[in-house]
Amino acid sequence: MKENKFQIDNNRIKRRIVLNNRVRDLFSVVIVLVMAILIVLLYGIGKDSIGWLDLQFLTSNLSIFPEKAGIRGAIMGTVYMMLVVIPITLILGVATAIYLEEYANDGKIQRFIKVNISNLASVPSVIFGLLGLTVFARMLNLGSSILAGGLTMSLLVLPIVVVASQEALKAVPGFLREASFGMGADKWTTIWRVILPVALPGILTGAILAMSRAIGETAPLVALGIPTLLMKIPTSVMDDFTVLPIQVYYWTLDSVLTREYTFLAAATIVVLLVTLFVLNSIAIVIRNKFQKTF
Amino acid sequence: MKSNEIRDIIQNNIKNKKHFSDRAMPLFFLSMAFISVLTTFGIVYTLVVDALKFFAAVPLSEIFSTRLQPLSADPSFGILPLLNGTILTTIIAMFVAVPVGMAVAIYLSQFASKKLRKILKPILEILAGIPTIVYGFFAYSVVTPILMRLIPSLEPKNVLSPGLVMGIMIIPMVASLSEDSMNSVPTIMKDGATGLGSTKLETTFKVVIPAAISGIMSSIVLAISRAIGETMIVTIASGSSKRFTFDIFQSMQTMTSYIVEFTSGDAGSGTVGYYSLYAVGLILFLFTMIMNLLAQYITKKYGERY
Amino acid sequence: MKDNNLEIVYDVKGLNLWYGDNQALKDINMKIEKNKITAIIGPSGCGKSTFIKTLNRMIENVDGVKTSGEILFHGDDIFTNKLKVEELRTRVGMVFQKPNPFPKSIYENVVYGPKIHGIKDKKLLMQITEESLKGAALWDEVKDRLNENAYSLSGGQQQRLCIARSMAVNPEVILMDEPTSALDPVATMKIEELMEDLRKDYTVVIVTHNMQQAARISDKTAFFLSGELIEFDNTDKIFGTPRDQRTEDYITGRFG
Repeated sequence: MKENKFQIDNNRIKRRIVLNNRVRDLFSVVIVLVMAILIVLLYGIGKDSIGWLDLQFLTSNLSIFPEKAGIRGAIMGTVYMMLVVIPITLILGVATAIYLEEYANDGKIQRFIKVNISNLASVPSVIFGLLGLTVFARMLNLGSSILAGGLTMSLLVLPIVVVASQEALKAVPGFLREASFGMGADKWTTIWRVILPVALPGILTGAILAMSRAIGETAPLVALGIPTLLMKIPTSVMDDFTVLPIQVYYWTLDSVLTREYTFLAAATIVVLLVTLFVLNSIAIVIRNKFQKTF
Repeated sequence: MKSNEIRDIIQNNIKNKKHFSDRAMPLFFLSMAFISVLTTFGIVYTLVVDALKFFAAVPLSEIFSTRLQPLSADPSFGILPLLNGTILTTIIAMFVAVPVGMAVAIYLSQFASKKLRKILKPILEILAGIPTIVYGFFAYSVVTPILMRLIPSLEPKNVLSPGLVMGIMIIPMVASLSEDSMNSVPTIMKDGATGLGSTKLETTFKVVIPAAISGIMSSIVLAISRAIGETMIVTIASGSSKRFTFDIFQSMQTMTSYIVEFTSGDAGSGTVGYYSLYAVGLILFLFTMIMNLLAQYITKKYGERY
Repeated sequence: MKDNNLEIVYDVKGLNLWYGDNQALKDINMKIEKNKITAIIGPSGCGKSTFIKTLNRMIENVDGVKTSGEILFHGDDIFTNKLKVEELRTRVGMVFQKPNPFPKSIYENVVYGPKIHGIKDKKLLMQITEESLKGAALWDEVKDRLNENAYSLSGGQQQRLCIARSMAVNPEVILMDEPTSALDPVATMKIEELMEDLRKDYTVVIVTHNMQQAARISDKTAFFLSGELIEFDNTDKIFGTPRDQRTEDYITGRFG
């Protein structure tokens, strides 16, 4: 029998296992820490908002008296801006995705557009504000209106809609396309009648992701010149406006001067977070209930 | 109606069909898709045109100085304070995001049970979805007061607090990208190590991480890019001091908050101060674009093909 | 073109087809007769699926396909632009190997063809639905649930729905690419029974890897091997007294 030089060292094995378990426990402590931070964050904000978040807060306008101030203007501003953002970004985003997935034939143009989209996705949001300032605010003379802000935001979240729509279109199985072509349908008919209906849940999920991003973004609008203190409530897309995150920004900055502003900011954050939570829950419901798997 | 008549109606409709949609639709979609290209050109044009005006008016020696006083009677536009602020906040953020993000990624992909993953992944997604303004409030109104009690010399506006909070904000990004990378390492590879009696720890550090290293590095590069481009957290919690210093307990300004400070009203259009915004914007854009290309290059060149 | 009382629907002349550099069909010459069931048999990879997909030009959806030769459909070469491809595909219907109904209701599946080609009258559409479903021997099973999703049907029912769908635009020819290979024996039998009736109104070309099926249902059989048409004759001749040795070898199971 050949002598096996390899001897099993039981002590060493024990040590290796102990090291494994210690590190694993360390990692789980880190995870707990991360969750704790999230809890501290939510708790800190929630605590500051108690007593200040009520119906009066949601429905009143701004006021020099913190107790009387409300975010009605900011809410209306956010809503109006989203009314501009949603149609523009949906049409642009879905159309781009349809071009990339259904009409383009792997050529230079397609690659060029894809590279562009992925570049846009990583540009800092404040740069979009500069773009909006030059093109929408000054060149097109839209100033700091809802239209200017909405157009800027649409471009910012465009890559989100494009990527999500592309995935949704890719997921439509080839045999459905085959069936439609086999019956003499042309490309557009097939897209409109077969592919889009099946891809719709995925597209909607992407739209909701884009909306969530647009509702929470501050930097591009501040760079665009959106005011932080606005008494007048907007009534048309050409009016000035402000949004919830900017309201938070203003109150947080000035909380050094007026202590109560901290609570107002916290209350606004709660409204913002609850809105985002509701939106994302809708997205999850859409995905689970309507997404077809083949 | 007899079958043949139906057939005739259909054949008639086909013969008369104007193939308008066949030619018009692709063009329509192509033009929509081109808007994204237009946007990129718009950004580059916007930045370059006004940045050039800045560079024409300000000598290089001043740009690379440490004196930044855009609004004084004798204005000076040194960019070093801003670069310094951006770099310091990014370094602090990376000190938090990379170790914690990697730990989370390793634990989730190699150690955690299926049940645990189901709870933890949604929590990570929630963290990732919180708007940065909320993190800004958190940094200034919650973290800074706590830190001020621990560190007496800490000023209300400082670099440490937003740096730490930015790191927290970036954890989900590092964690999920690295985790995806580690998950795509084929089980067969891991089995090879396990079959030889390796502990999970050994398999992770000797097999999985080396195999996934390109994805991990690219996730770190993307995280740096994100930190460089972050605006609101630093604007609120780090203030606008343009002093050039390495003291992270003091206020500093980053490139991003410089832009935000001056577009909210102080610089009239047409002044050098106004153009300085676009110069800073251009530098910011170039930074993030280089980081992005670097991340893509890493994935391409060092990516494992299984 | 009339030839001894037989009407020729497809006249394939010197058809060659390449996938890139790889030649998949070599000099195919074949006449397909009206109101007959023509079966195409052969081992895997012999080109039978490729061939049937040239008849309605569905093969052109594959990248890098080149053809030469002519396929005359009622005297007109389908590769010229005299006949628009959408028109060809309404006169020639196709049923695929795996049932592929749309994720819509049964009714919407059947009327898809008529609707996209301009028929809007609701009563007419309903009439078309009933006739097509009856023609596919599915009407009795689904007449009370036309608004239900097509995916609630069994595999065999889905395939009959696909047959009904292709019948709704009243084609002259129905191409079937291994239509029962994904179905269980009972469903297969139902569809084979259906084909007997189809012959009355339609010309059927069916690709099948199941020789017994070809022997059971077809009038004429074509044997393909490595992209060539080896033998094409009446079914009883092919299976009884084949002329080519290769045909006999395949039939008796010596290969394939």
